[in-house]
Amino acid sequence: MLRIPCPWCGTRDENEFRYRGDADVARPEHDAGLASFSAYVYERDNPRGWHLEWWLHVAGCGQLLKVLRHTQSHEIRWAGCPEERAPLSEDCVP
Amino acid sequence: MSAAPGRVAAGLLTAGGRAVTFRFDGRSFRGLEGDTLASALLASGERLIGRSFKYHRPRGVFTAGPEEPCALVDVMTACGREPNQLATTLMLHEGLEAVSQNRWPSLAFDVAGALDRLWRFVPAGFYYKTFMSPGWAWERLYEPLIRRAAGLGVLAPVVGAHAEPAETVHEHTDVLIVGAGAAGLAAAAVIGASGLRVLLAEQDVALGAGTLLDARWQAWRERRRAGLARGPGVRCLEQTTVLGAYGHGVFAALEVLGAAERAAFGGLRERLRVIRAQRVLLATGSIERLIAFQGNDVPGVMLAGAALAYLRRYGVAVGRRPVFFINNDEAYEALFALAAAGITAAGVADVRPASRAAERARELGVEVLCGARVTAVHGRRALRAVQIVTGEGVQRELAADCLLISGGFTPAASLATQLGAPLAWQESIGAFVPQLAGAVGRVAGAARGVFGLAAAARDGALAGQVIAAELCGQEVAAVAAAAAEAEGAELPADAVTTPMSPLWEVRGRGRAFVDLQNDVTSADVRLAHREGYEHVEHMKRFTTHTMATDQGRIGGLLGSAVLAEARGLPLSQIGQVKARPYVQPLPFAALAGGEVREHYRPKRRVPLHDWHERAGATFVPTGLWLRPLVYARASSWEAVLGEARTVRRAVGITDVSTLGKIDVRGKDAARFLDFIYANTFSSLPIGRARYGIMLREDGMVFDDGTTSRLGPEHFLVTTTTANSSAVLEHLEFQLQANSRGLDVLLTDVGDQWAQFAVAGPRSREVLSAVVGGRELSNAAFPFMAAGEATIAGVDGRLFRISFSGELAYELAVPASAAQQVWSAVLAAGTPCGISPYGLDALNTLRIEKGHVTGAELNGNTSAADLGFARMLKPQGDFVGRVLSQRAALEAADRLQLVGVRPAVRTRRLRNGMQLVAPEAPTASLGYITSSTPSVELEGWMGLALLAGGRARIGTRLTAVSPLHEERLEVEIVSPHMLDPENARVRA
Repeated sequence: MLRIPCPWCGTRDENEFRYRGDADVARPEHDAGLASFSAYVYERDNPRGWHLEWWLHVAGCGQLLKVLRHTQSHEIRWAGCPEERAPLSEDCVP
Repeated sequence: MSAAPGRVAAGLLTAGGRAVTFRFDGRSFRGLEGDTLASALLASGERLIGRSFKYHRPRGVFTAGPEEPCALVDVMTACGREPNQLATTLMLHEGLEAVSQNRWPSLAFDVAGALDRLWRFVPAGFYYKTFMSPGWAWERLYEPLIRRAAGLGVLAPVVGAHAEPAETVHEHTDVLIVGAGAAGLAAAAVIGASGLRVLLAEQDVALGAGTLLDARWQAWRERRRAGLARGPGVRCLEQTTVLGAYGHGVFAALEVLGAAERAAFGGLRERLRVIRAQRVLLATGSIERLIAFQGNDVPGVMLAGAALAYLRRYGVAVGRRPVFFINNDEAYEALFALAAAGITAAGVADVRPASRAAERARELGVEVLCGARVTAVHGRRALRAVQIVTGEGVQRELAADCLLISGGFTPAASLATQLGAPLAWQESIGAFVPQLAGAVGRVAGAARGVFGLAAAARDGALAGQVIAAELCGQEVAAVAAAAAEAEGAELPADAVTTPMSPLWEVRGRGRAFVDLQNDVTSADVRLAHREGYEHVEHMKRFTTHTMATDQGRIGGLLGSAVLAEARGLPLSQIGQVKARPYVQPLPFAALAGGEVREHYRPKRRVPLHDWHERAGATFVPTGLWLRPLVYARASSWEAVLGEARTVRRAVGITDVSTLGKIDVRGKDAARFLDFIYANTFSSLPIGRARYGIMLREDGMVFDDGTTSRLGPEHFLVTTTTANSSAVLEHLEFQLQANSRGLDVLLTDVGDQWAQFAVAGPRSREVLSAVVGGRELSNAAFPFMAAGEATIAGVDGRLFRISFSGELAYELAVPASAAQQVWSAVLAAGTPCGISPYGLDALNTLRIEKGHVTGAELNGNTSAADLGFARMLKPQGDFVGRVLSQRAALEAADRLQLVGVRPAVRTRRLRNGMQLVAPEAPTASLGYITSSTPSVELEGWMGLALLAGGRARIGTRLTAVSPLHEERLEVEIVSPHMLDPENARVRA
C-alpha cells in the first residue's frame, strides 16, 4: 500500500486518494482536432520507471496532487500542487 | 494416562506450571501449563505425530518453532475442526483436543502408506504425464481421487457457530523492530533511549529468542526487558508475527491472543496489526538447516537446536540415546545441555576434520567421528539406528533413538526480500545474507549472518544507533547508545567457534528429502533439471519444493544447492526463490477482521430511514445506500402498481435524498458548468432548473441530472445516486487540472439536504397547504422553476421538476428537519389520499414516461443514441465534444433508445430480453433495458436499446429470452409513451 505525501495533509494511506492518470498529458486546445483529442483520451506511455501522475485526495482535503512515482519500485520521490514543476533530475526523467 | 518419561528437568516456560490434560487421537495425556502440544507429546514419549503429504510416511516432531514441516495436527474447537495447526507453536490448554492428519484409518496403520512402496512411479511432476486418458475417467475417477488425496488437514466448521471476529488495529510508530532476540532487544534499548517510538514485535510467547536457551544470558535479558518496560515510547508485542512487508513502511502482523487475554476480550482470538513505521530493523535471527540423506524424515530425526530448545524451554529430552550429525560448533550446545541433564550422546558425526567443540565433546566421553557422514538410518515409525561412514571410509552403525542434525544456519530473510533487499552469498556461513537499503531500515544480528549472542547484541546496538542518528541526529543517538549501554548488564562472552563446513546432501540409493512437508527429494530436483527447468523458480514449481505451508524454511537452500551442483554452477549464482507475503499462514478471518456478516460493508441510511422502516418498507441496497423499495413486506406487482396508481391519480411522496447534490459558486460558475455539461447553463435564468447531460471525454454519456440556478453566481448540480461521488471527483479534477484560474467553489451537499418528490395531479393542492411565502400557481411557479421556500415552517428549496411524468415538485430541506417536513406533507395530503411510494413504483412511473436511468446510461451510449443529440451545444467547448463527433458514433445501426410494447397485451416483458427479427432469430438486434406493467396503458411496456432503433419505430420484432424459454412479438414505439406533449407536467 502506497503512502502518499499530500502537501496539505501530510503522509496518508493510498486508499484516501483516487488515481487520475498521467499528469504529463495536457488537454488539447479546443480547436486541436480529432487526432489530438483521440491521443489525449486513448494513448498513454506505459513507462517502467518514473511517472508523473495525478492523485485526488478524496477522503482528505479534496485537492489534486501531482506525484512523481516509480512504477516498478513504487518509490514516491515528490508530490506537489498542480502548478508546481516536478524536480526532475537526470535519473528520474519520466 | 501416560507418564512423562521425557520430562527430565524444569523448563524455563513450564517450571511450576499446573498440570493440563489434553487429548491426541482420542488418547488422554498430561502436560504442563506453558507446554506446546509438541513438547507435551515428546514428554509423554509420543514419536508418531502425522503422515507425510505424498508418500504417507510416518512423521514426528522435527523442530521447536514455526518452521515445523511435519508435526501438523487438526484441532477440534467449538467452531469446528481447524486444520494444519503446528504442534510446535500450539499452546497447551485444559481440554485441548488434537487429531493427527492425513491418515486412514489410523496414524499407526495408514492404508495410503502403501504409496510409499510405489515411490519410483510417482516422482515430482508425475501428474503432468499421467491422468491423460481415458477421457471419461477425468470427472468420475481421477478428480474425486485426487481431491481426496490432496491437502493435509480437514476443515469441518460447525454450521451456525461463529468464532469471535478478529480485530484490525492500525499502528503508527517511528521504528518497527522485528524480533526480540539479542540484537532486537539491544537495538530497542538504544532507539527507545533516543526518545523515538518503538514497536518491538516478537513471534514467541516471551521476549529473548536465542537468549532463552543460554542460562548465562538471563541477567542481561531481564535487565533489558525491565528497561524497555520503563521506556515511555517502547511497546513490546509478544506472539506477534510480522507477516508481510509492503513498502512505504507498511507492515502486517498477526497477534495470537493467549488464553487469559482471549477471555478478557470476549473470545477474540487474533488481531491483525497494520503497522506504519518510518524505519524497520529486521532482527529476525536465523533458522537451522536440514541435511539431505537417506531417511532424513524418520520420526526421531530432529534439528539439533530443537533438542536444545525442548530441554531448556520445557525440560523435555527428545531421546535417551542421541546421535548428532552436524557441520558447525553451535549445534554442540544441545549435546552439552543433554549431557548436563544426564543424557550422554551415543556418538557425533562431524563433517569437519577437526573442531573446538568436538574436543570439548570428547572430554565429556562422547565418541566424535570427524570427517564423517550419515549415509542411512534404520527404522520406519521410530529411529532405531544410524549408519555412518567415517572420514577414513569405515562403516559404523550406532544404535540411537534420535538423530540430531544441523547443516548450518540460514538468515531469516523473508521480510528483507519482500522489501526488495538483494541477497549476497556469504561463504563463511554458507548462506545468503540480505542487504537492506538505508532509507528503508537495517538488518542486524543473525539475520545478516552475525552469529553469536554477544556479537548479535553489539550488532543490534550499532544498528539501533544508526537508525536513531538518521531520525534524531548523531548527538542524540550517541547519548542514547551510551545510556543504553550503561543501563544494560555485561554481555556474556561468545564461545570461540571453528567455522562451519557446508554439507547439503549425502548421496545414496534411497530418497533424501529436501522438503519434508511436500515430500520433495534431491532426486526430484535433479529430475527437474534434466527436464529443462534450470532456473530455481522453475525448479520450485515443477517439484513443489518450498511450496508447502512451511515454505521450505529449513530446506530451501538445499534445493538450490542440489540444482547448483546439477548445473555445475556455484550456489551464489543460483540464488533462492523469491519470498512473498505471508511469512506464516494466517486465517482468512484475521484478514477480514470485523468486516464480516452484517458489517461486511458500510450502510448509508437516509435521514428518514427509521420512519420508512416503521412504515413497513422493504429496503434494497443501492450501492451503499438502503432505499425503500416498496412499502410492503415483500415487493409484489400488486403493491408496486398500487403505489404508482396513487401517484398517477392523486398524489404520492417519495424519498430521493440519495441523489448527489453539489453546490457550485463563483464568478466563473456558469462558465465552468458550460464546460462540464453538453448543453448550456450560462443561459439559465435565476430561479430556473434545467435537465443536463454530462459526457465523458470519449463522447459517451456519463451522467444526467437537473441543475438549478439559485443566484447569479450560484448553481446546484444534482447527479444520479450511483454516480454522486464519481461526478464530484470529475468536477474537482476538471476544475483543478484543466480549469485552474477559474473562480469556482465546489461543495458536496448530498448529506446536508433531505429531498422528497411530491408527484401527482393533486400535488399542488397538497403543497399549497405547507409551503409559505410562495405562490404555487402555474403562472407564479411554472414547470422547471426553482427557488427558496418555507416548507412546514422550515427554510428550504422547492423545485418544479418531474421524474414521474405527472405534475410534480421536489422539496429540499436540511436533513435534521426531514421528519418534520415529511410528516407535515403527509398530514396535508391525507384528504387527497396521499401515500408514500418506493423505488419500484418510481421506476414504473419513469419507464412509462421514457426517462433514462443507469440501465440506459450504461457507459456505452452516446447522447445521440439516447435521443439527446439536439442538446449538445453547437458553440463552445465542453468535455467530450470532439470525440462525440466521431463518425462511428453517428452510424445508423448503433443501438438507439426506443420503447417496446407486447403485441399481445397480456404477455410480459423481461429486462435483458434480446430483440431479433423473426427471420433471423439468433442475431440479436438489441435488448430490453427496463420494463414494467403499465398503470396508464394496457399491459407491459419497456425501454430498449435497438440497432437503428429510431428507423424501426412502427415495426414489429420478436423479443426472446433463451434463459426463460420465452418469445413474444413486440411493437417498437417511441420511448415517450405517456403524455408526449408534457401536458401534465406543465399543468
